[in-house]
Amino acid sequence: MTSNNGMNAAASNGNRNTRPHMRTRISEHIVEIISDSGEGAQKCGQSFGSIVARTGIGVWTVEIIPAEIRPPARSVAGASGNRIRIGTERMTNGGNETDLVVAFNEQVLLGRVRSKELKPGCTILLESMWRDNPDPAVARSYIDTYEHLVAAGYRVYEIPMEAECLKHVSDARKGKNMFALGMLCSIFGLDLQTGRDQIAMTFSKKSAQVIEKNIALLEDGYAWADENLDLKYEIPAERSSVPQIVVNGNTALALGVLASGMEICAMYPITPATSASHYLSDAFEKVGGIVHQAEDEIAACAFAIGASYAGKCTVTITSGPGYSLKQEAIGLAVMGEIPLVVVNVMRGGPSTGQPTKTEQGDLMTTIFGSHGDAPKVVIAPSTIEECFYSVITARKIAETFNMVVVILSDANLATSQQPFTRPDFDVAWLAPPIDQSAIPAGSRPYDWDDRTGLARRFIPGQPGGMHTLTGLAHDENSHVAYDPEINQKGMRARSLKLATLQKTLVPPNVFGPPTGELLVIGWGSSRGAIEEAVESLRQEGKEVSSLNLTFIQPLQPGIKDILSGFKKVITIENNWSDDPGDEMIDENNRRYSALAMLLRSRFLVDIDCWSECRGTPLKPNTVRRVIMEKLG
Amino acid sequence: MMEMTHTISSNDCLMQLFEERREIEDYQKGVPRWCTGCGDNAILTAVQRLCRDEGLLPEKTVFVSGIGCSSRLPHYMNTYGFHGIHGRALPVAEGVKMARPDLSVFVNTGDGDCCSIGAAHWIHAVRYNMDLTMMLHDNQIYGLTKMQASPTSPIGTKSNTTPRGSYLEALNPLTVTLGISNVSFVAQVVDWIPEVLYQVIAAAYRHKGFSFVRIIQRCPEWMPKLMDPWLHDPDRVLLLHHENGVEISSSLARTYTRMEEHDPRNMNRAREIASEYDPIPVGILYRNPDIACYEDLRHDPRLRTNSMVQSGIEAEFDKFTVWPEQHGSTR
Repeated sequence: MTSNNGMNAAASNGNRNTRPHMRTRISEHIVEIISDSGEGAQKCGQSFGSIVARTGIGVWTVEIIPAEIRPPARSVAGASGNRIRIGTERMTNGGNETDLVVAFNEQVLLGRVRSKELKPGCTILLESMWRDNPDPAVARSYIDTYEHLVAAGYRVYEIPMEAECLKHVSDARKGKNMFALGMLCSIFGLDLQTGRDQIAMTFSKKSAQVIEKNIALLEDGYAWADENLDLKYEIPAERSSVPQIVVNGNTALALGVLASGMEICAMYPITPATSASHYLSDAFEKVGGIVHQAEDEIAACAFAIGASYAGKCTVTITSGPGYSLKQEAIGLAVMGEIPLVVVNVMRGGPSTGQPTKTEQGDLMTTIFGSHGDAPKVVIAPSTIEECFYSVITARKIAETFNMVVVILSDANLATSQQPFTRPDFDVAWLAPPIDQSAIPAGSRPYDWDDRTGLARRFIPGQPGGMHTLTGLAHDENSHVAYDPEINQKGMRARSLKLATLQKTLVPPNVFGPPTGELLVIGWGSSRGAIEEAVESLRQEGKEVSSLNLTFIQPLQPGIKDILSGFKKVITIENNWSDDPGDEMIDENNRRYSALAMLLRSRFLVDIDCWSECRGTPLKPNTVRRVIMEKLG
Repeated sequence: MMEMTHTISSNDCLMQLFEERREIEDYQKGVPRWCTGCGDNAILTAVQRLCRDEGLLPEKTVFVSGIGCSSRLPHYMNTYGFHGIHGRALPVAEGVKMARPDLSVFVNTGDGDCCSIGAAHWIHAVRYNMDLTMMLHDNQIYGLTKMQASPTSPIGTKSNTTPRGSYLEALNPLTVTLGISNVSFVAQVVDWIPEVLYQVIAAAYRHKGFSFVRIIQRCPEWMPKLMDPWLHDPDRVLLLHHENGVEISSSLARTYTRMEEHDPRNMNRAREIASEYDPIPVGILYRNPDIACYEDLRHDPRLRTNSMVQSGIEAEFDKFTVWPEQHGSTR
């Protein structure tokens, strides 16, 4: 380490460094690799995450995505890449600030510094080629930034990545990422052969020559870091004894669609949901099924409804703006009692909002959306594994209760990877064949059971079942009815189905002791950060527990009892709520966050809330601070 | 007869098809609530006759509609029906057909439903070219919402939203449809010539692909006089006939003397005819049976067995699996 913190890693220049490779044991580390779009930082990050997962080290990866497809090169807002949190324990979220960054230019790095994503004093491995750039403005910018970062206390290592890569490839933009991967493998003491295997997998569709070149770059990066960097870490971990699946939330959702037995997905492209349909389009070719890219969001929903009505159960996958457009059609499915699975991968709203950023802003519109009373089931996966299983559950509920089931994921889950135990295929996941048996004489398409609200689903092709499904108020025969009693009866039946489903649910588990000073309630992707914060505070003696709600509508039973075990309750969410400290805000006008509002009205308990809408996943440290403040 | 269909299996159904003959009454349900003299009645009669003549199994037939007077039609059919939301009949029908190509699927929609709120779906339905029979009940006015100008209302139409007359030229559904890629069947009929109405709907049903039938129909409530000049003057109707199109009976030929032999394969002439308002062209303008249907393009010939699904899913899991063995990635 040089005195000014700036690390000229190549200073030894040819002098083989003979330092003994003593590795520092650490329990966790957050690594980022960032570049301009198209330089492959995402591929590097994903590969690094997979290599780490192979060794048994806990991992959670998060994509860093610019809002534009091709932002200008070397722009502060253009950082594209990956953040990889690794550690001895199972990782449940993206963690706090970053410990180590690999940056392909100083501008994308500045973007991360300004958004306060980097830990003070964090280690930076910075491409050094810009120092000698023929454009004096570029060179000046690099040198200024470098000096500014060093002065600010960051440990900056200048790395001649370009020069090293040019030994293997003519265009270093197409190879720097694997060189960086090699460096990371060296820094964290990962087995080089595992890295080679991963490259063979990552580029399995490419030629042997491409794979060889990338492996050569990996090895070069590894050797270079071994010799020139004094960064040697070791993260103790035990290899998992069972096979693990490593995918992001969108791929997990798509795998869930395959496993649920659904055969038709109707969609319209929208960020950040579309990658699920990309994957599904390919995978359906093996399993049998189609992704229909409709002309718009409404058509996608109507197409799915038509296919469901005809006997399949179908899924439509979208994000906030698309969900808004589908609302009328969703109401039709509710009214006609057509099974339908809708996935909303939430992004920042309202309007176009923040398409590539995460938010939990659509809870209310999901529960109450579509005009009139349109009861539907709402479930929120909180882990990558739950993204997979939630689709299977959703299809089953949709067909059992003839209801719309909405799965609320978000951009955080969509782009994060977390290993989970490889599921054992179960034939019970799949949908039964379409019922084409004759309808017994006297049966009606809406023979609502008085106790449960349930009625048998009639499917075209069933002799004796002919009727016209309608979005108008209708009687048991599906005849249009304006009779006040009939309308009341239909409304009751559709609502009762939620209560009936609720009776089949089990109480949620409290994370931590069932009594204490404070209960933190959350839902969806913020679970990992909340539980990590709660766990760490409990180890410090704080009486805090947390509760994650998977079923938002209907709510699981037993929640009121859980609430009664705590002196204070607060929800922590990634959506909007007024700050009670704002001058204009008081108890008469304070707008609570979505889950808090629901729980307050449901249980008549004075539940407080804290939330933020920064477009980033909640950090455990932020949650810790909120909890500490609430504990007083 | 209905009792019989309750008790026989589907195989028996197929074998008995030729023995059973359903009557028009077997396809009727309820009493239509349309106004006296409404063109929807003529369309309903024609499709019920079609169902009888084609021997359609009521349980394998679906009428899909949107919102508007036209869209009440499924309620009067003793088949399966889907009376959905405004403008979205086409995507619903496409979903039905994609899931169940074995069903006969009809779409009944109006000039507001199709040409205004659902216009995007109309364009894309033509392009998908799914095997659907679509009837555009075009009365050139919003009826159910009580007389507002529609996209097909003639310029100057006085309505509740255009009290001094509508401002824009009417949209021509025929030229629009003929301008869309993959168009495979376009026809126009009028509700007051039931013989041609029936023939054209039957040809549309038999056409494999998306058949677009514009039916100029009278609205006695809101536009009672609109079509009178054409109704009362047979010379203001141009009958299109061809050995591969509509055949004109001798009795019809005595009334409607203005005729043109038009080969429905001739797209250029079809586009010229489509631009004509007066005389109103009646018959099949365009038919091309060689355009692939979307449901066939997307059809997977493999039988989707549980074991196929399982092996497919396991293969997908394999792609993402980290095995406990150190270098197990090649498994």
